[in-house]
Amino acid sequence: ANAEGDPAIINKQEWNQYLGEGVDARPYGMPSQFESHVRRQDVPWLTADPVSSVNFTPLHELDGIITPNGLCFERHHAGIAEVDPAEHRLMINGLVDRPLVFTMEDLMRFPRENHVYFLECAANTGMEWAGAQLNGCQFTHGMIHNVMYTGVPLRLLLQEAGVKTTGKWIMPEGADASGMTRSIPIEKALDDCLVAFKMNGEALRPEQGYPVRLVVPGWEGNMWIKWLRRIEVGDQPWHHREETSKYTDLLADGQARRFTWEMDAKSVITSPSPQAPITQGPGPLVITGVAWSGRGTIPRVDVTIDGGITWQQARMSGPSLNKSMHRFYLDVEWDGKPMLLQSRAHDSTGYVQPTKEQLRHVRGENSIYHNNSIQTWAVNEKGEAENVEIS
Amino acid sequence: AAAAQAAIADTQAAATDLINTLAAQPLSTGAPVAETAGFGLGRDALPVEIAAWDIDVRPDGAGLPAGSGDVWTGEEVFVEKCAMCHGDFGEAVGRWPVLAGGHNTLSDEDPVKTIGSYWPYLSTVYDYINRAMPFGMAQSLTNDEVYAITAYLLYVNDLVDDDFELSNENFLEVRLPNEPNFFMDDRATAEYPIFSVEPCMENCKDSVEITMHASVLDVTPEDENAAQEDATVVAAAAEPEVDLAAEGEALFRQCKSCHQVGDGAGNGVGPHLNGVVDRPIGSVDGFRYSNTLLDVGGEWSADVLGAFLADPRGAMPGTKMAFRGLRSQEEIDAIIAYLATFE
Repeated sequence: ANAEGDPAIINKQEWNQYLGEGVDARPYGMPSQFESHVRRQDVPWLTADPVSSVNFTPLHELDGIITPNGLCFERHHAGIAEVDPAEHRLMINGLVDRPLVFTMEDLMRFPRENHVYFLECAANTGMEWAGAQLNGCQFTHGMIHNVMYTGVPLRLLLQEAGVKTTGKWIMPEGADASGMTRSIPIEKALDDCLVAFKMNGEALRPEQGYPVRLVVPGWEGNMWIKWLRRIEVGDQPWHHREETSKYTDLLADGQARRFTWEMDAKSVITSPSPQAPITQGPGPLVITGVAWSGRGTIPRVDVTIDGGITWQQARMSGPSLNKSMHRFYLDVEWDGKPMLLQSRAHDSTGYVQPTKEQLRHVRGENSIYHNNSIQTWAVNEKGEAENVEIS
Repeated sequence: AAAAQAAIADTQAAATDLINTLAAQPLSTGAPVAETAGFGLGRDALPVEIAAWDIDVRPDGAGLPAGSGDVWTGEEVFVEKCAMCHGDFGEAVGRWPVLAGGHNTLSDEDPVKTIGSYWPYLSTVYDYINRAMPFGMAQSLTNDEVYAITAYLLYVNDLVDDDFELSNENFLEVRLPNEPNFFMDDRATAEYPIFSVEPCMENCKDSVEITMHASVLDVTPEDENAAQEDATVVAAAAEPEVDLAAEGEALFRQCKSCHQVGDGAGNGVGPHLNGVVDRPIGSVDGFRYSNTLLDVGGEWSADVLGAFLADPRGAMPGTKMAFRGLRSQEEIDAIIAYLATFE
């Protein structure tokens, strides 16, 4: 500060003198006007049309583990269905003793549970298979959100209808104009799936399936059917569009894996990153990021700042919940020299996040989906970061 | 004042009654719910309700309705209802999905995944068209039309001859060539052993170098805020009418998937709408209109346009515009005001 002192201290600010808005001004509160840059963004060239498309969570602006509702990435196949809850019904039919119809009021009378789960699109990081492409973790890793859901265990609804012993699969179906359907094995349906109507305490947002969506913990986001209106029980999978022509993993030899439901362990450094450069120069630096696994928790994340010659264990902070996002930090003294930043997640089953090279070796470059490889950011001496690949 | 006092007295009397009633009755015990006994919630689904929603089809043919359609009928329907996005022969327009071709490309550097080259089951084609197509007008096709379109898609993929007719009777005889090339998730054996080894922490390699930069491709979207601020400045400088037009711009989002406006606007699923207000109906070069719009004559005056936007299929029976119509006159006025800003 110069001799006259910091104007931010010396001068009176308007908020020091004048009254702000009253309690009646913002009945549904929004973020500060100075945070208007924190928003979902799409990549127009990715899809033919914004109605059947995707946008991305601004991971580089977030901390902790919970994604605010208004920032949860969106992916829909026929736009946002605006469903009137009074006109919404959930039907269970097929191989059940008693086909049933529930209203929203009926669902509210079942015992409910609260769980924090990540939802990751199978296509997250899909644009990076063939090489470093998009400059920002919002775009490379932003098809994910992590939310506390309130909902009824699917098991209770299925028990109410009485699944016949021949019932081995379920097919949830959405009420939107894409009529989204997926096949899910009965074991998963009876294990930890939820029929959820709240996210982070309030009603689901329309773009997340209001009034009710399926929660399929740890499994690819496309299975979490939004605007859930029907669940059919059957004795075999349906092989519908989203589990055959899409969301299957085409390997280098032309063969394709199907039913790759569980999301492998993955992590990314959210700051510094291309959209979150270092702006204060050398000195103490907080390196932070998120990690998750569809198979359990993340007890450990390793971070390297020299491109993988030396690794250090990061500090995990915040709740460590099953199939939820985890937050990690590495606090370093930055000397102003270039860095090659990477993070590597270990999950509770002993799985270690692979390098891009390792993953390509097994799967080739045509998979599109399920890319969970290690991400590299190159940080230059000015603190700017770029998406790169390294030897 | 006397009336107010009487009202208060009434309220007090009612409250006293309620307290007396409660005191006279035992309170709820709130017995725990036994999960195993069921909750008795929901009601029986009626057969007619199940039939209305249960339209799914499986590879074994379960769910297929009675019906049939041939390649030539399929071509007619496809050209009218599908080709605006998928191209006349399934080759696709813009970034919409390619439906035909791509045979023997799955192990190439750039595989072309189509119904013929990649999809394992024909039932998926029937099910998807029937539940979700045409885009923006889902579940509007008859069973015979879905069979016919499916037959046409087999034909453009060189899987049947031009005299082929598909029906629920012969459906299972058609197999798609890529069916054998799918296998169940084997990551537990193919990947987990490789990816669960304790990794190196120190002196893991001698040197490291950058092999690829994302900035070389330069495909990351620009910062949206900068662009939006520019737009706000432009809007603020315009006429007071901007409010209605601005409302129209927001409403126009629902039209954007088919119609373009502004600089460089071209024909998409629908014709471009530059200068549409007072333009002769059915007059954009290069757009393939329905016969209705070619024959009706006249201009898109605000009144004609308004009636069309309120109920497209009612106002112009036979139009290809797959839009349900706008709910209110305010919305119609706003969209027309917005469209009028484009010359």
